[in-house]
Amino acid sequence: MRVRVRFSKNGPIRFISHRDVARIFERALRAAGVAVAYSEGFSPRPRISFGLALSVGFESDAEYLDVVVAAPVDLEALPGRLTAALPDGLAVEAATPVAPGTLSLQQAIVCCEWEIEVLNLTEAALARSVTALLEHRHVMLERERKGKQTTVDVRPALLSLNVTGPTADGVRLAATLSTDLVTIRPDEVISLLGHDARLGRARRLKQWTMADGQRLEPLAAAALRRETTHVRDLGPPGSPAAQTAAAGR
Amino acid sequence: MTRAAQVTGGGDRATVWPALERLLPQVQKPARYIGGEGGRCAKAPDPALVSWLFVYPDTYEIGLPNQGLQILYEIINERPDGRADRAYAPWTDLEKLMRANNIPLFSVEHHTPAHAFDVLAFNLSAELTYTNLLNCIDLAGVPVRSRDRYGDDPLVIVGGHCTYNPEPIADFVDVVVLGDGEEPVGEITDVIAGFLSSGSSDRTGLLRELSQLDGVYVPSMYNVVYDGPRLVGIEPRFPDVPGVIRKRTVSDLADWPYPKNQLVPLTEVVHDRLSVEVFRGCTRGCRFCQAGMITRPVRERPADQIRTMVAEGLQRSGYDEVTLTSLSTADFSGVEDVVTGIMNDADGCGVGPLSVSLPSLRVDAFGVDIAAQIQRGRRTGLTFAPEAGTWRMRQVINKLISEDDLYSAVEAAYSQGWKRMKLYFLTGLPSETDEDTLGIAELGRNCVEIGRRYTNRASTTVSVGGFVPKPFTPFQWFGQNTVSELQRKINLLKDATRRAHGVNLKWHDPKATLAEGITARGDRRLGAVIEDVWRRGGTFQEWSEHFDLDLWLGAMERAGLSIEWYVYRHRTEDEVLPWDHLDAGLHKDFLWTDWMDALEEVGLPDCRWTPCYDCGACTGYGIEHVVASASPPAGGSQGTPGPRRPGTGIPVRLGASR
Repeated sequence: MRVRVRFSKNGPIRFISHRDVARIFERALRAAGVAVAYSEGFSPRPRISFGLALSVGFESDAEYLDVVVAAPVDLEALPGRLTAALPDGLAVEAATPVAPGTLSLQQAIVCCEWEIEVLNLTEAALARSVTALLEHRHVMLERERKGKQTTVDVRPALLSLNVTGPTADGVRLAATLSTDLVTIRPDEVISLLGHDARLGRARRLKQWTMADGQRLEPLAAAALRRETTHVRDLGPPGSPAAQTAAAGR
Repeated sequence: MTRAAQVTGGGDRATVWPALERLLPQVQKPARYIGGEGGRCAKAPDPALVSWLFVYPDTYEIGLPNQGLQILYEIINERPDGRADRAYAPWTDLEKLMRANNIPLFSVEHHTPAHAFDVLAFNLSAELTYTNLLNCIDLAGVPVRSRDRYGDDPLVIVGGHCTYNPEPIADFVDVVVLGDGEEPVGEITDVIAGFLSSGSSDRTGLLRELSQLDGVYVPSMYNVVYDGPRLVGIEPRFPDVPGVIRKRTVSDLADWPYPKNQLVPLTEVVHDRLSVEVFRGCTRGCRFCQAGMITRPVRERPADQIRTMVAEGLQRSGYDEVTLTSLSTADFSGVEDVVTGIMNDADGCGVGPLSVSLPSLRVDAFGVDIAAQIQRGRRTGLTFAPEAGTWRMRQVINKLISEDDLYSAVEAAYSQGWKRMKLYFLTGLPSETDEDTLGIAELGRNCVEIGRRYTNRASTTVSVGGFVPKPFTPFQWFGQNTVSELQRKINLLKDATRRAHGVNLKWHDPKATLAEGITARGDRRLGAVIEDVWRRGGTFQEWSEHFDLDLWLGAMERAGLSIEWYVYRHRTEDEVLPWDHLDAGLHKDFLWTDWMDALEEVGLPDCRWTPCYDCGACTGYGIEHVVASASPPAGGSQGTPGPRRPGTGIPVRLGASR
């Protein structure tokens, strides 16, 4: 049975890496007595797959993992049992069985909502920068990938940006950023908001999948019966995204 | 460290976390600094308690798994009158930011400034961390030289294997603990508690009182006399200060089932698994091995206690791997039963496969059989340590492994599915010839050839380190090979393995070997050199990207000290050694006789199952080897199971003839 779990990562533990979180969950599952299924082979590995990586230093209310269990587990009790086995700052909020045929987290997530703290800009200045940025039809961003400079138009990844008020040290920016096809990270958003803007705290609030043209929370997506779903907006048939999605099923 | 000073200095005790938190996004691996480990003890700061800060003077990843530090951390925290936190050396990026923002060295539990503790206790496992010791003391806001410390400065206490020659760092530390720390930390806490409650501010009086404790050495209570470059003696300054300091030895490990709550880090560290110490000490008698000499005698933990510690530790931590630690775990008298018991216990839990690992394998088929039995989960490569390339050389160093032993082990490993072996060797050993050096390449090539019978991907990593003679070993009188001689030997091996497909040669930088040699057997005059290297920025000298031999050579020259004198010359039988006032349990004449035996290529079998050689480790302390079995484990105390084949016999010199 595959189980999908939602968890949060807050406080000082935000400084550990994605790999660290993976190792911690492997240990917590064992300490909680959950019988995780293992891969076959010379070096058997527990069958746990994580969703999108969360950068070191970012907090989140909505992280996900899928785990294949070898024996039935009490899903109602699972969040409490796992949270008790997890270090301070990591907490499992909910768990649900994954219906057969559900897309993997990596394939299914299309966008994330963020709360980003912007330092060094006034609220008014940030609002002006955001408005100006969104007026552009193309926003070119330079990235280094494997030592190579590339330029990407990240405008399609900026689904929404709204200034929502002050924080203790700066201004709060609510952002919805695509993770599908064209992606952008919160620190890259800051780099587009002018010379002075600095990133403060950043927290992922939600991750979304798509079903029937509607945004759907990943646990809800896992619970859906497959024959009625995967009407994810895949673009024209034969496009790379459509092929990936088809392969995933 | 007077109580009054602490109370009035309450502001110092505040956490540095808010300031630190703002800096962490700017540094590599910020998880090093957040604490939060499973198993940590978070006793709140309380001026009524004697407070220890245990510091490992290297990075968090290296320091966190250190078992010695974890054991003492728990013992202090269990005391109603004590509390302990931990700290690690910040990496250079954070150090720069800390200095710029006036953030002192801090504990990872409460992010309390280091100078708010009564004791800064350092574990010294490697000589090249000495400059980090100074850096950590300085980052704590404490004067680096002990003579400059006053009233409310913490006591700087050091322990660990390096402290068997503490003279190079004697000027920087207040107290040295020799040997097993379990008992002395409690006795030291008692003395400090009495001192604090007396309201006294007589630091010298406190140090003098501490110098009376067994196993405790207070360098400032001794005068050092030189005659030119020669050391004449190290004498107590007061009649009540002991002339010889004897190491402490825990007689029964069963009394010390620590760590009970091994720390489970949030981020990856070097030994990321459960560790259970199965015995302390080793009597194989490898002559290059300081650890084997200074930790005698053998003290085994009872098998049922090991099983309990493993089962509880796995349950609590969620680890799927446990290491049974000791200097030679396959020699544990009940190793097969213990391993089988652990595997059965784990199978009963149903939470996935368990791997048991041994820090180094015995070089024979028996060792590999155990490895095959225990690595049911993830399989790593196998590591063997023949240490030298020829039988002649292995007799000199008393590592009595025949080539048949090694090849049968390698064959067993490849035939059971392993594809990678790692072999450890030393070069620069006493009486080593080029034939001995080239024997290393020969062994590597032959191992790959054996592996090819089983897999085309067979490979063997040959890892070669330069030998550094250490105090309290039979080789303490030996003049270390020069950098150019070590480099020449490495070049010989490079040439000999260049065309050997499947043999991967790795070697330790001979320059670092020299720096280690400078500090390993130096006297108190080396303090100026260590301070000089540190003041010129020479921290993290264990790290190749920071190591700089020129700093050491320059510092030696500025101090007017000769590398030839301290490192390269052979020492003489009659000369006073800088550690002669310390007693590691070994008679000096035993070590000298063993040194002479080495040069005559005479091996000395393990004394657990042969007559006593009277090394001093047992008799001087009224203790004995604690072994569960009076007969050697399967395979004998060394080498292949069964009777020895003709031609591989070990020349034995009977203990009784001594």
